Amino acid sequence: MTTMTAPPVAPEQNLRLRARRLPVVALLGIAVAAVAVAALLVYATGIGGFALVVALAMLLYLVGLFAASSAVEGRRQARNRTWSALIHSAFVLALLPLISVVWTLLSNGMERLDRTFFLTSMNNIGARDPNGGAYHAIVGTLEQVGIATLITVPLGLACAIYVVEYGRGRFAQLIRFFVDVMTGIPSIVAGLFVLAFWILIVSPYLNDGRPGYSGFAASLALSVLMLPTIVRSTEEMLRLVPAPLREGSYALGVPKWKTILRIVLPTAAPGIVTGVMLAIARAAGETAPVLLVAGGGAAINFNPFENNQSSLALFVYQQAGDASRYAPARAWAAALTLVALVLILTIAAKLLARRNRFGR
Amino acid sequence: MAMRIEATNVTAYYGGFKAIENITLTVEPKTVTALIGPSGCGKSTFLRSINRMHEVLPGARVDGRLTIDGQDIYDRDVDVTAVRRMIGMVFQRPNPFPTMSIFENVVAGLRLNGVRKKSILEEAAERALRSANLWDEVKDRLDKPGAGLSGGQQQRLCIARTIAVEPQVVLMDEPCSALDPISTLAIEDLMFKLKDRYTIIIVTHNMQQAARVSDKTAFFSIERTGDPGRLIEYDDTQKIFSNPSEKKTEDYITGRFG
Repeated sequence: MTTMTAPPVAPEQNLRLRARRLPVVALLGIAVAAVAVAALLVYATGIGGFALVVALAMLLYLVGLFAASSAVEGRRQARNRTWSALIHSAFVLALLPLISVVWTLLSNGMERLDRTFFLTSMNNIGARDPNGGAYHAIVGTLEQVGIATLITVPLGLACAIYVVEYGRGRFAQLIRFFVDVMTGIPSIVAGLFVLAFWILIVSPYLNDGRPGYSGFAASLALSVLMLPTIVRSTEEMLRLVPAPLREGSYALGVPKWKTILRIVLPTAAPGIVTGVMLAIARAAGETAPVLLVAGGGAAINFNPFENNQSSLALFVYQQAGDASRYAPARAWAAALTLVALVLILTIAAKLLARRNRFGR
Repeated sequence: MAMRIEATNVTAYYGGFKAIENITLTVEPKTVTALIGPSGCGKSTFLRSINRMHEVLPGARVDGRLTIDGQDIYDRDVDVTAVRRMIGMVFQRPNPFPTMSIFENVVAGLRLNGVRKKSILEEAAERALRSANLWDEVKDRLDKPGAGLSGGQQQRLCIARTIAVEPQVVLMDEPCSALDPISTLAIEDLMFKLKDRYTIIIVTHNMQQAARVSDKTAFFSIERTGDPGRLIEYDDTQKIFSNPSEKKTEDYITGRFG
């Protein structure tokens, strides 16, 4: 037993549980006063606008809050209130760019978000033609990203399962290292790799002897980009599955491969799906590899294995740089479509992963 | 049904560390055997080597001879999964599969081993849940998640899951250590019931529990930290708790050591 020492606080203070609190009205008052003073200062001196008022008001509110709270409630409570206010405002600050992006997209993108946009391509659309659409680009994005996902998900899952469940020692470490290196590959390099390897070396044998662009080549480049994301996120999720679950399955006489397929993967499924969706979202937004190996193009091409294909990201890039006065509206509409597409896919995947599961 | 287990000079390692050394004992069919001893003395390691769960950990291996009804379970051409189907195991913490319902949990062993027919599965589930004294509590919510049950119910669910595959032997690794006294009692009652059909080996830190439920008791101990665990005494539970032949056993059960 250690000897008891008296706490270094006055006894009467130690025994009192109730303390004075600032009323909500006071908080509102401080906020209103802060905004008023800030507005007065900024507009009277004429040195800034709305943004400065908000920033200054926030600062004044923090100072006022701290002062009022220290006077009424004491230092500890004052610090608590000030930090809470800071953290909340940081959250709002972090949210601002997101809201701004969504708002900008919506307000600019709605203009050309019509039937024509979804049902026509850019084939034979001249600079003076206000019509034209992204049908060919939507087809391209769906096909390229779809094929890339079909290639990458099985490969990535297998790789992660090997590293987590089977890999021992050097070889598994080597794989993890290379996956890490792959994470850092810039998309243009992935595009160049496929250009050099697939387009220039392999595709002549598949065509009539000349190298050819194709949507499939873009899928390959996107695969290179998606693979590390999927492997790493799946790996983390598999490691999160508790060992007792595996042991519980082994103890029932279930072989290891079946344990992985039926117990470990379903348990980790929601996390794995999130990782896959992140990879898909990244791939859908890539421009450089598609430009390099699929070539773009204005016409609808359903065949991903032959001839040029465009994609939404590439469409945005091309329209944004186009001289036509109707092009920017098309670029915005395509950007909005791309974001909406990824969002819908993500929501659908989340719902699918959640089905058959209980609450989590 | 139940089978005799014979261990001869069983030594188990974790990499370079020797966890237990030269354990030799025989467990008779349809009895409850308790393994007691201080923490780190190798009771769980020995238990896990009986159904080859020890080797699941990287670097872990077992020497010596372990037979069930005369068949060496560490023989080269023995299928590990067959051993584990014959020798089931219940763990310290209840570990129902979180993605599965109560029903799916119980029949997981059968289903994952290839049984598909619904009528067989339903019958097996009811039988196992009744044996585990859980049927009345869950029969109306078999499609609800297994992880939603209370701790004691989850542990009985895990016992039902284990006996649903009709093992010969059931190993229990401190099955009540995470449970309250009422759930513990329920599981001890269950052990009495299961004894008619299965051979049961239980690791426990609770000596009253060992005295209550077991026919035979094995006392394990270590000399110092880092030494391998050894079997000190193995005898009828009655004798171990009233008149042990070893001084160390007596010290341990009277609470003077460990």
